[in-house]
Amino acid sequence: MTSPEEISKAVSQWLDDNWDQDLSLTEWRNILVDSSWATPHWPEAYFGRGFTTEQSAIVGRIFSERGIVPVAQTGPRRLAAETILAEGNDQQKRRYLRPILTGEESWCQLFSEPGSGSDLAGLSTKAEFIDGKWIINGQKVWNTSAHHADFGILVARTDWDVPKHQGISFFLIDMRQKGVEVRQLKQMNGHASFNEVFMTDAVVAAEDLVGKEGDGWAIAKTTLSYERRLGGVGRSFGSVQAEKLGRVHDEYAKELEVANEPYTWYPQRQGRLDLVLPRARETGAINDPSVRQEIARLFCMQKGAGLASAAAEAKRKSGSNELVPAGSIGKLAASVIARQAAKVHTMISGSDAMRSGPDSAEEGMIAEVLVSVPAISIAGGTDEIQRNIISERVLGMPKEMRADTGPFRDIKRND
Amino acid sequence: MQTGFTEDQEAFREVVARFLQDKSQPTTVRKLMETDQGYDPDVWQQLCNEVGLAGTHLPEEYGGFGFGPVELGIAAEEMGRYLYCGPFFASSVMAGYALLLAGSEEAKTRMLPEIAAGSLIATLVLDNLNSLDLVGQKVLVNNGRLNGAADLVVDAQNASQLLVIASSGDELGLFSVATDSAGIGILPVEALDPTRKLARVTFDDVEVERVGDVSSEILDQIWDYLNVALAHEMVGGAQRLLDTTIEYTKIRYQFGRPIGSFQGLKHRCADLLMELEFARAATHYAAFCLAAGDGEPYVSSMAKAMASETYMNAAKEAVQMRGGIGFTWEEDTHLWYKRAKSSEVFLGTPAVHRERMMTMMGEVA
Ligand SMILES: Cc1cc2nc3c(=O)[nH]c(=O)nc-3n(C[C@H](O)[C@H](O)[C@H](O)COP(=O)(O)OP(=O)(O)OC[C@H]3O[C@@H](n4cnc5c(N)ncnc54)[C@H](O)[C@@H]3O)c2cc1C
Repeated sequence: MTSPEEISKAVSQWLDDNWDQDLSLTEWRNILVDSSWATPHWPEAYFGRGFTTEQSAIVGRIFSERGIVPVAQTGPRRLAAETILAEGNDQQKRRYLRPILTGEESWCQLFSEPGSGSDLAGLSTKAEFIDGKWIINGQKVWNTSAHHADFGILVARTDWDVPKHQGISFFLIDMRQKGVEVRQLKQMNGHASFNEVFMTDAVVAAEDLVGKEGDGWAIAKTTLSYERRLGGVGRSFGSVQAEKLGRVHDEYAKELEVANEPYTWYPQRQGRLDLVLPRARETGAINDPSVRQEIARLFCMQKGAGLASAAAEAKRKSGSNELVPAGSIGKLAASVIARQAAKVHTMISGSDAMRSGPDSAEEGMIAEVLVSVPAISIAGGTDEIQRNIISERVLGMPKEMRADTGPFRDIKRND
Repeated sequence: MQTGFTEDQEAFREVVARFLQDKSQPTTVRKLMETDQGYDPDVWQQLCNEVGLAGTHLPEEYGGFGFGPVELGIAAEEMGRYLYCGPFFASSVMAGYALLLAGSEEAKTRMLPEIAAGSLIATLVLDNLNSLDLVGQKVLVNNGRLNGAADLVVDAQNASQLLVIASSGDELGLFSVATDSAGIGILPVEALDPTRKLARVTFDDVEVERVGDVSSEILDQIWDYLNVALAHEMVGGAQRLLDTTIEYTKIRYQFGRPIGSFQGLKHRCADLLMELEFARAATHYAAFCLAAGDGEPYVSSMAKAMASETYMNAAKEAVQMRGGIGFTWEEDTHLWYKRAKSSEVFLGTPAVHRERMMTMMGEVA
């Protein structure tokens, strides 16, 4: 095991020798990827060092302290990267991982369909193997960042005569082709981060099937577990420090402007807890004991959730096999906290919460909180689905009666 | 500061749990709660002598085990789970901490070893259980004589020694007096939770001994230590309720299926688990903070507020999810329900603690 001091020393030394802000963004990131300092938690064979979470955190901290431009991380690309790393073959890892990290190729997640959201395994996009290629037909929806994406991770049905979970396969699809059409969808908060994606005789090369035909559901579950753990696809934003100069910083700023565009409202959907006390003081609402009660409640939830997830993490590390579903509980917690934050912001604002736009409180951010919070309990698996998971897998309560067994062909569904 | 339990601490939990599982079954609890005394002196002696619990958190120099709030919390959590009936909370926790934190060296040396051994049962008289700002207004000492009354004193009928936080001039002090002293009246109070005995204590010109000073910082500290121990008890009780409720939903069939397969129940159980995980983590954290003398000042109040709401919510759901049987005397759930309700308002309601949090954060003008 490498000690924290040794790690800090090695990273700092490497940065002293290699960090050069006059490189192009791609040049710098290629050097970074080759050094294995970009993704130290990955295995050594693929740009990593097999580090633990804590060890990686040390590296991350030094990067951010020194204002080093990191590898690309915005959006669903991380889900794609982690899934390919876990489930892809060597050829796929060599082809796709590096350009994800360098930012040269961006990704989207093509899972949900008009007829299958919570019931993802009920999907009906069709993939057929014809003349050595996969031909895809069907529609996906709510696909964040698809309008910026070069590739998508796609689940499609390859067998209609087996039970629904068994007939799904997992593909890597090129979005920049004639058979793929992306249309942005406007959301209730006015942003347009997600899309509909229509696939008409779209083509996927034979080598871009991940795992085997029929493995798609298991692989998708890997993606979803990362998604729950990461707390939603848009979680890690890069940010540019204004005072930084040099080519690599300029190009990074330009990249982020595009890549972060779908996610500017994501902090608002989590409730902007950071604005609660400043706003309460500024408006004088802090002097209202009923407001204080709700603020304290909010802090209890936030602190309790943080402590519970740390405790679960510690248990996992100590090798306890007690079931701690940090993923589902954490996701549900984020919804509950965001809703409470919206309630508190409303109490603080009073009738001012009737306003919206740049002239309203915090340059519109409070209004944006109020109309963005509903997303957090839907995206990445609804609160109800998390509750199903917690009650069945952790508490061991009996499963729901099923109405969807037998060949997929015969199941009632919306088409 | 520790962030999780050590192996020794887990082993200690096992020992306590095994003892209570043996000695504090619901049938026993029911028998004891019907008595005036409310506990079994033999079991209390075993708890003190064999398991050594009464002195868990008291320093070795005063005859204790030299553990701290973390181990005390573990013991309290298991007692909450098994609804242990006995003067542990009154004597070891309340009187023990009051003496430890406010008592003079002489008083500690004299009384703590006996409290730690369980040979002396003491309790702490707080004339106000809602808010520490009001403590001492109804019990006043003048020229070494105590007058006044406290409406709710835990286990006063079982105690031989009272420690009283009373006003003396414009400050608070800690006073000590034996319960058989002249001028003391102890009237048992019918309690909503019959597993924790209560009495009204009156003082009519009682000669008392001053054994310590209680500054507002010390009063805050006492309140914190007591509340953290209580929060552990509550978390243990809430876990017990959740466990037994889940079991029940698996075996009770309606509409041809176990009621635990209905989402209306499943989702509420999932919420309850989440809430309990938060409250437990906050409670353990509060003990870790107290033990290390570190952390945010408001953690104790946070723990008590969260544990209270979780326990009560678990209790309400435990009755509801059992249907009619849940509302019967015969079924055990109401024993924990009553403990949940009475603990919720003991040493500060959740609202009082939330306000205290905000005060400690500097947000209350
Ligand atoms: C902001 C945002 C971004 C998104 N980004 C992506 C993306 O990048 N890629 C992607 O593939 N998808 C994405 N999604 C889609 C998201 O995963 C789905 O919306 C979600 O899983 C719910 O599916 P649905 O919309 O079809 O609703 P439905 O599944 O139709 O659900 C409707 C209601 O029924 C409830 N319900 C359904 N089944 C059950 C059940 N078994 N028990 C109890 N209640 C149930 C649901 O909880 C919900 O309240 C995004 C969604 C949002 C809001």
